[in-house]
Parts: sequence; structure tokens; C-alpha cells
Amino acid sequence: MSTHIPVGPVLDTTGPPDGARKVGDLKPDLLLTQEHHMCPGCGEPLTIRVFLEAIQELGVAQKTVAVCGIGCYTSFSGTLDVDLVQALHGRAPSVATGVKRMLPDSVVFTLQGDGDMVNEGLQEVLHTAARGERVTCILLNNGVFGETGGHMTATSVLGQRTKNTLDGRDAQYHGYPILIGDLIAQLQGAVYVARGSVHNAGAIARTKKMFRRAFEAQIRGEGFTFVEVLTMCPTGWFIPTADGPDYMTETLGEVHIMGELKVGGVVRSTEELHTENVRRAEEAAAAKARDLAAKHE
Amino acid sequence: MTTTTESPRPAASSRRLMEGAEAIATAAIAAGCRFFAGYPMTPFTEVLEHFARLLPDAGGVCINAESELEAVGMAWGALATGARAATGSTGQGLSLMQESFAEITLAELPLVVFNMARSQGDYFQATRGGGHGDYRHIVLAPMDIAEAAELTQLAFHLADMWRHPVLVYGDYLTAHMQEAVSVERIEFGEVPAKHWALDGTLGGTGRSGIVSPLGFGKLGQPAPGIERHLRNIVAKQREIERREVRVESGWVDDAETVVVAFGTPAKFVRYVVKRLRAEGEKVGYVRPITLWPFPYDAVAGAAAAARTVATFELCAGQMVDDVRLGVAGRAPVVTIGGISTDGSGFGVGPLLDAEIIRERVLAVHRGGPDADLPPLPLNDRA
Ligand code: SF4
Repeated sequence: MSTHIPVGPVLDTTGPPDGARKVGDLKPDLLLTQEHHMCPGCGEPLTIRVFLEAIQELGVAQKTVAVCGIGCYTSFSGTLDVDLVQALHGRAPSVATGVKRMLPDSVVFTLQGDGDMVNEGLQEVLHTAARGERVTCILLNNGVFGETGGHMTATSVLGQRTKNTLDGRDAQYHGYPILIGDLIAQLQGAVYVARGSVHNAGAIARTKKMFRRAFEAQIRGEGFTFVEVLTMCPTGWFIPTADGPDYMTETLGEVHIMGELKVGGVVRSTEELHTENVRRAEEAAAAKARDLAAKHE
Repeated sequence: MTTTTESPRPAASSRRLMEGAEAIATAAIAAGCRFFAGYPMTPFTEVLEHFARLLPDAGGVCINAESELEAVGMAWGALATGARAATGSTGQGLSLMQESFAEITLAELPLVVFNMARSQGDYFQATRGGGHGDYRHIVLAPMDIAEAAELTQLAFHLADMWRHPVLVYGDYLTAHMQEAVSVERIEFGEVPAKHWALDGTLGGTGRSGIVSPLGFGKLGQPAPGIERHLRNIVAKQREIERREVRVESGWVDDAETVVVAFGTPAKFVRYVVKRLRAEGEKVGYVRPITLWPFPYDAVAGAAAAARTVATFELCAGQMVDDVRLGVAGRAPVVTIGGISTDGSGFGVGPLLDAEIIRERVLAVHRGGPDADLPPLPLNDRA
């Protein structure tokens, strides 16, 4: 059996492909610079871009206060062009509460990672949600302590290898992951709860819609809103950068099911979301197959 | 500043019989406090109750926080918007807040904290900066309710003057006794404008603000960086040490025995010393009103001619360390207080009794620093 091995490059790499844009070209206006300190392939800058765009499109940039937790994303606190309070690890929801109670007409959001929100500050976010505080908590969930170098968090999935679960997270030894979005959806004070991701263009577009809906519900004064975003952390997952999106959907994404978990105060079941995701994946695969077939005709 | 006389009290006509906790909440609101968050714990609980009752009518917000951690976090957020805001608890509850206290100090936010303590054993926690890092809080220790009302208002003023947290150290009696007091707004003078406060309006202008303990600012804005920031905070604290010492003392010029005490017990000590003086005994007292900055000079001056310096504290003895630093070997220093409490551990013990204090003062006055003290009274139900 002979294998055809192409000779020379199959892609022209002498210049950028047609229509390509540099990441910096996509910088939202509410970022002071296109520079950041995140690793290549990190999902956090993408998420930050998306919610900043949502804030700008809603026209509320000049009445927004951010409250930032402690994690890799903290280095954005100096470059987000919105008023910002730097909080302690885990404590952003309470700080956001104090801000919102004194500035009830403002849009207040927290920016936290899973270590910050689900480990250190679990009670803060739950109480703030139960209180129906009119703030939006944003969770960047990558299932790992990225900043400390790759350790297990409360959202790490079973089997996930981290620096302190070298043989993988074992339920008997390390316990089970917390599905924080699902937990918050059960609380009466939470009116909108969604779990998005940034692993491909479709997911990014859906996540942006989630941010818009959350901020809109906050602006209407309906109650607590929550957007969790599954973000790639190739460094903390110890995988090649390019594998991030697939690794995410095959591990974290299989456990923390994506979709709108609660809309208008109505909770949607995991099964419902799962069915929706499977249908979407099947449709996408079918569309891809059609494209491929059309090309070969 | 050194006061050697009692503070002027308002005319009797404007006074009303008030529980200490109510006087504190009323004074705080008179001073412009518009946000309070706390978690109930005896003997602090009534402070929270009065804020919950009074703040909404004053246009403010009081939140019954889910824990002390939330309480201090909420106050942090309110402070960042430029509001006058406070929290409080007992020393036990304040232990839970220490991480935030340390960082709020670095964020230079003017937090006011009420400790309705269960003993005077929170002295180290209050004066050493109970959390991490090189910080101290200004600590005001009222001896009674009228002074608590006054120092509460001063606390908000000093916090804004210095952009630095201020702690008011009371106890069970401060919170629960009733006294005829008048609470009207006291004008302490202008405080610096809060240019740093956030209101959300600068987003997208390139001039948005940041309130951070970390010493860095928004890109393009001048910021000290963490190392210089930490040094700046310490330099500010040195300045506070120079400028904000408050102390009351009496009969120290020729005193052979000087008693140092703070808070409610100091009022008992003052009474005892006054009576002993009337009987011709050469005794005097020093009452630190600010525990930090501590009145080292006043203590040193009082010790210069004394044979014995005694501290009376309702704990095993913590302030005695500061007294020793002030006395600096000029006279022997002994502690004549001790642990004394009621059955519930709220710090209302049999030692807080003028006759018993008198015996203990007289014991060292007559017998010197090595005198045997009468045995500590024991609360049989404790
Ligand atoms: S460690 Fe992970 S979360 Fe942190 S910047 Fe790198 S990829 Fe992003």
C-alpha cells in the first residue's frame, strides 16, 4: 500500500491568509490596550472581549462598575476601561453588593475564576444570588487554578489530572465537582443563569448573547444574573495550545453542560440542554458534510 | 493632641436616655454614615439592630450580612463609591474580617469598625493590625456612652482625613448601658474630596478609575507600584502616630503610683483614683483614648516620677506591653487587672467593681511592684 506524501508546503505561509486579522484588530473599545499577559490559547481574553462588547452595545459603559477577583484575569483590572474595584480572592460578590446598594442605577458585575468563586468564595456567590442582588456574576471556569500553576479546583472534572491530583481527580479521594451554574439556578433570587464557552465562533456568539441577556435583566432590576463561561487553559491542563478547544468540550464541557440554565426565572433541565447541544452538534456536522460534498462536486 | 480635662458635654436639655448601641448608630448616621452591614453577635447585636431600624429613614442601607466575611466585603464596596460606611462585631467576629481589614487599609478606604468586645483581650487584635502585613488601624476607646457617641463621629472624620480605617473599641457596657446623651452632628472641619471614589461614569473615556489594594492603577495613569505603595502606607501611619494621639490623664505630676487603663474600666479607675486622692494618696491615672497611636509620651511623662506604674485591663494583660514601651524602664510596670467574665463569657465579670479595683491599686501603692495582690474575684457561675 502506498501513501501519498505531499512535497513542500500545502499552505502558502509567506503571508497572512486572505481576510485574516490580527487578534489586536478585534480589541474592543473598552480595553485600553490590545496587549495582555495571558498564555497563548487561553479562553479568558476572549471572554473578556465578549462581555466588554456586550456592555458597549447596550450603551451602559458609563454606568458600569466591575469588581475583580484574583486569578490570571486580574491583570486585566488595569486595562479594562470601566470603573473597577479590586476585591480579595472569593469576596467580589459582597463587594459588588456594597457598590450596587450605593449606586442602584449602575450596572455592576464581578469577574471571578472557579478557584475564586467556587472554592474560596462559594458562600458569597450563593448568598448574593439568593438575595436576588441586582448584579451579574461572571465566572471564568477552566476547572483549574491556572495562576498557581495547575491545581485542582472545586469544578475540576473526575479524572482530570492536576498538580495535586496526579492520577486524576478521584471521587472517593477528592470528591465531586460542583456544577455551580446548576446550583445557582435553583436559587429563587437568580433570574438568569447561563453557561457558555469560547471554544469556537458559534460558542462565542452564543456567549455574547448570554451576557446581553444577563445585563439586560440586571438593568430591568429583575434580580441576580449569572454567566459562567468554560474557558480553555492549555497551561493548567498540561496540553498543547491547539488542543485546548477539543479538550475543553470533551472534558469540562461534558460535565458542565452548556446552555441557558434559567431564563425568566424558569429552570431548564440538564437533559433538555444536553439534547439541545447534541442537536446543535449534529446539525453542525451535517452542514460541514454538505459543504464538503458541495466542494467535491 | 493631649487632653487633660474631661470632654465638654452638651446641655442637659438636649439629652435623651439611650442605650449605647443606639447612641452609636445615631451618632454614625449624624456623621453621614449611609451603609452598614453586620452579623449579629452579643454584645454587638444591638448596634446592628439600631442601624437596621434607623438607616433606611436616613436614605441609607443596612444589610444583615450572611457572615462577617460578607459584612466587611459589602462595606468595602460601599466605601469604594465614596459613601461613609461601617461594619462591626465582637473581637471573635472581627477575627473573621482580618484579611479584608488588611487589604482595605492598603486600598486606603475609610472604613469604620465597631468592636463591642467581650473582653479587653482584643487589644492586640485591634492595635497590631490583626491581619497580614504592616498595617495599624486608628483605635478609639470610649469610656462611656457619651464619649462613644462623640468618638463614633470622630471615627468617620479621621477615616476620611487619612483614608484609613478606624476602629471604635467598646464592650458589653458600652453597647447595653443607658445614659442620657445628646447626639448631634459634630463639625470636625473639612475632609479631602474623594476624587478616587467610583461612580461608574468614566467607563469608555480612557479615564476610568480603579480602587485597588495592590498599588497599581489603570494603564497610562500614574501608580506607585506595590513596593512604593506599601512604603507610602507605612509613611502615612508614621504621620498618624505623630498627629492623632489622644489621651486623658489626671494627678500624674506627683503621683507615686500611676494606673493606666482604657475603655469602660478606665472610668472605674478614674473614679477610684479621684477618691484615693481625696484621701491624700499620691496616685494618678493615664487613660489612652487612642490605643493606636498609643500615647507613649504621656505614659513616659507620668512614669518619670512614679515608683510603680500599674495597668488595669480586663484580660491577662496586653496593653501592658505598650505601657512598658512607653515607660522604658523609668519605673517598674505591673498588671493589676485580669480575666473576669460572666457565665456567658460576655466580659461582665466581678473584677469591674470600684471597691475591688481600689484594693488592688492600694496594694501596689503601699507595697510597690512586688506586692501580693488580693486574689482575683471569681464569678461562681462562670
Ligand atoms: S494559566 Fe490558564 S488561565 Fe492562566 S493565562 Fe494561562 S491559559 Fe489562561
